[in-house]
Amino acid sequence: MRKLLTILGLGCALPVLADNLPLPSGTPASYKSECGSCHLPYPPALLAADHWRRTMSQLGDHFGSDATLDARQLQEIRTFLENAAGRPERLGSAGDPPRISQTQRFIRKHREVPARFWSDPRVKSAANCEACHRGAATGNFGEHDIAIRELRS
Amino acid sequence: MKTIAILLLTGASLLSHAGTPQQIGQAYAQEAGSQTPGFTASAARGKDFFLRRFDVNAKMPACTACHTDNPLAAGQHAVTGKAIRPLAVSANGERLSDPAKVEKWFGRNCKEVLGRACSAAEKADFVAYMSEVR
Repeated sequence: MRKLLTILGLGCALPVLADNLPLPSGTPASYKSECGSCHLPYPPALLAADHWRRTMSQLGDHFGSDATLDARQLQEIRTFLENAAGRPERLGSAGDPPRISQTQRFIRKHREVPARFWSDPRVKSAANCEACHRGAATGNFGEHDIAIRELRS
Repeated sequence: MKTIAILLLTGASLLSHAGTPQQIGQAYAQEAGSQTPGFTASAARGKDFFLRRFDVNAKMPACTACHTDNPLAAGQHAVTGKAIRPLAVSANGERLSDPAKVEKWFGRNCKEVLGRACSAAEKADFVAYMSEVR
């Protein structure tokens, strides 16, 4: 009975939490320090396990940067990402190399954002979540909390 | 008891990783000195190095591409746009406090911007500049 209630409770909460993607409680510190210095430590659910596997196997040329890790951290972060990855059927293809911004989910969520906003110097890149999503660092990607006024829906 | 032991261990491990800008600079200067006898670090040379255009990488032709030409100011990653806190110790007390971290970023950034590893002398000068600039 308790289990059933939990499931029902989660079901109700999910629609509200859809744009709330905090890092899971077991996120290793190395993920934040290693993957969070050049860009936001992205919520692992934004790519599928296979996307993360491919990303982590080519860190020597990570979008033009050397993001190599020592063996221990590589193993720790790869395991974490694969375990906390998103559902492949929801994300679709992410391209090669996999990009969060090429998943169906990202494209659908951002389809109302005009091209000129992406090239705004304050935004610079689709990798720069925090330029618009003020609460991105704590997992809040809600569309009503957009930092740049003219980008707000 | 367990908590105390963990706290002590954490404290000890923090100590073993910690360093001051002076210690980090000294270690690089010592290494440079073993290659070039009589070497002393120079903040002025470090500044020149920081401002130099290497033009190896179109998106990151110089340190300043991400860090701006003022180490006291915040920067922005040239590709991702992520905010970068100032490099100068006087503007950001967390800089130059962890030798492993400093070495890691020299490793990545020198390869990316210079297309090669930085020498111990270049690192010593750079550390001297970032420690002293106000």
